[in-house]
Amino acid sequence: MIIASLLFYLFAAVCIGSAVVVVTARNPIHSVLFLILAFFNAAGLFVLLGAEFLAMILVIVYVGAVAVLFLFVVMMLDVEALAIPDTLKRNAAVGAGIGFVLVAELVLVASGWVSGGGTGASVLAIPGDVTNTQALGALIYTHYIYPFQGCGLVLLVAMIGAIVLTLRRRPDTKRQDVSTQVAKPRGVRLVKVPTGSGV
Amino acid sequence: MADLLATYIGHFGVMFVGILCVVVVLLLSMAYLTYYERKVLAAAMLRKGPNVTGPFGLLQPMADGLKLFLKETIVPTGSNPVLFLLAPVLTFGLALVGWSVIPFGPGLVISNINVGVLYLFAISSLGVYGIIIAGWASNSRYAFLGAMRSAAQMVSYEVSIGFVIVTVLLCAGSLNLSKVVEAQSHLWFCIPLFPMMIVFFVSGLAETNRAPFDLVESESELVAGYFVEYSAMAFALFYLGEYMNMILVSGMTTVLFLGGWLAPFGLTFLPAPIWFGLKIFVVLFGFLWARATLPRFRYDQLMRLGWKIFLPFSIVYMVAVAGFLVATGNLPNGG
Repeated sequence: MIIASLLFYLFAAVCIGSAVVVVTARNPIHSVLFLILAFFNAAGLFVLLGAEFLAMILVIVYVGAVAVLFLFVVMMLDVEALAIPDTLKRNAAVGAGIGFVLVAELVLVASGWVSGGGTGASVLAIPGDVTNTQALGALIYTHYIYPFQGCGLVLLVAMIGAIVLTLRRRPDTKRQDVSTQVAKPRGVRLVKVPTGSGV
Repeated sequence: MADLLATYIGHFGVMFVGILCVVVVLLLSMAYLTYYERKVLAAAMLRKGPNVTGPFGLLQPMADGLKLFLKETIVPTGSNPVLFLLAPVLTFGLALVGWSVIPFGPGLVISNINVGVLYLFAISSLGVYGIIIAGWASNSRYAFLGAMRSAAQMVSYEVSIGFVIVTVLLCAGSLNLSKVVEAQSHLWFCIPLFPMMIVFFVSGLAETNRAPFDLVESESELVAGYFVEYSAMAFALFYLGEYMNMILVSGMTTVLFLGGWLAPFGLTFLPAPIWFGLKIFVVLFGFLWARATLPRFRYDQLMRLGWKIFLPFSIVYMVAVAGFLVATGNLPNGG
């Protein structure tokens, strides 16, 4: 239990610290790298909660795919170190407003929180004998299958929409049709050479 | 309190010894994988390969390691020194941590977690960071081009690897790697899922940036790709990481398709970890064979293979397997 709470404070502290650096770092590449560190520590927090499936999915989806593409785009743009203090001042009022709303929401939620009385009861409503992968699977694919598939469909439509909007047909580019290429009569002859004797 | 502390220390002690064993065995097999590779390539080209240092050239890997160790590590001007040195360490570290969930025998696993397959998938998808950070931090055009190719390549092939893994999980009914192996005690998955094993193996070649998918380092156009600027031990860490990743992908292939530590044909006179090692050895030969035989893919051919052939094929095969299991009532865990 002691180690678990120590780990919790470690993950939480690094998570918040790196999140702060994400916003304040001058170099956008450093921002993305610290964002990845924040994702990792959030995954660590999930593991401490006993939600190892969510932790792994967080790493696979956000760190393994989304952040790679982030990093990719930021590197491609070749953004010079930005003048952070100016933009900070300009957006300070908006930022403070959003921050205030978030804090207010947190306070509202926290005031409605009923403490578990320190019995160490899990906050997750999972029966003890199934792993959380099975519990999640039962929820998503058995109880909420239609809303879940609906979400998938919306994402699919969005993806196809993005492709259709950005796809340019360029008639002048040269294309290679692999099957005709392979089916062509060969200009080379395949020779079986006895080992060691040369052609 | 003292009791609790003693339990913790005992627990960590056992784990530490386990980790040490795995790391030492891995480093040795990695060193001799380079020897194995050079011998296989030599045999394919009718040469002798390393045969001067020690009997049959067996000390060659040690000599190479010593040479790299004695060279100077150069950090180029204009590079980002912290990230430049972080990248090889990251590559090497990630190649090592994947092994913590691989079962070497019944109960012989450092960490027997419930989501072992996902953990491996996550770790292998992180491998791209070492390359992409190296490419950016080197402040070199060649390295950067290599890193960009690598990012696109790894993200593409991960998708089909994901579907292959889902198919295996459908048959095994668990995300725990030990249970995946136990589920193959009657029939190895390589028989019903043979096409998926091929897809997995080829995607593994792409994921580890090995020939014929080594566009990332393609020496004829990018000099050496992402590690152009690296020298001495920093280069050695990348090199070790690549070989370690090859062994890891072979280990994953063995666990998912070739029955892990299970002995074939009831030949149980050899202990389980030895069988596991032998199977990895055979899969590794596939890696080296491909390198000796196949020419490098062009970039558009690589993308075509990943997105237009492997992805639709693995989705269709996954749906077919799921349909078959449901129709015949063979779903694991009672469906």
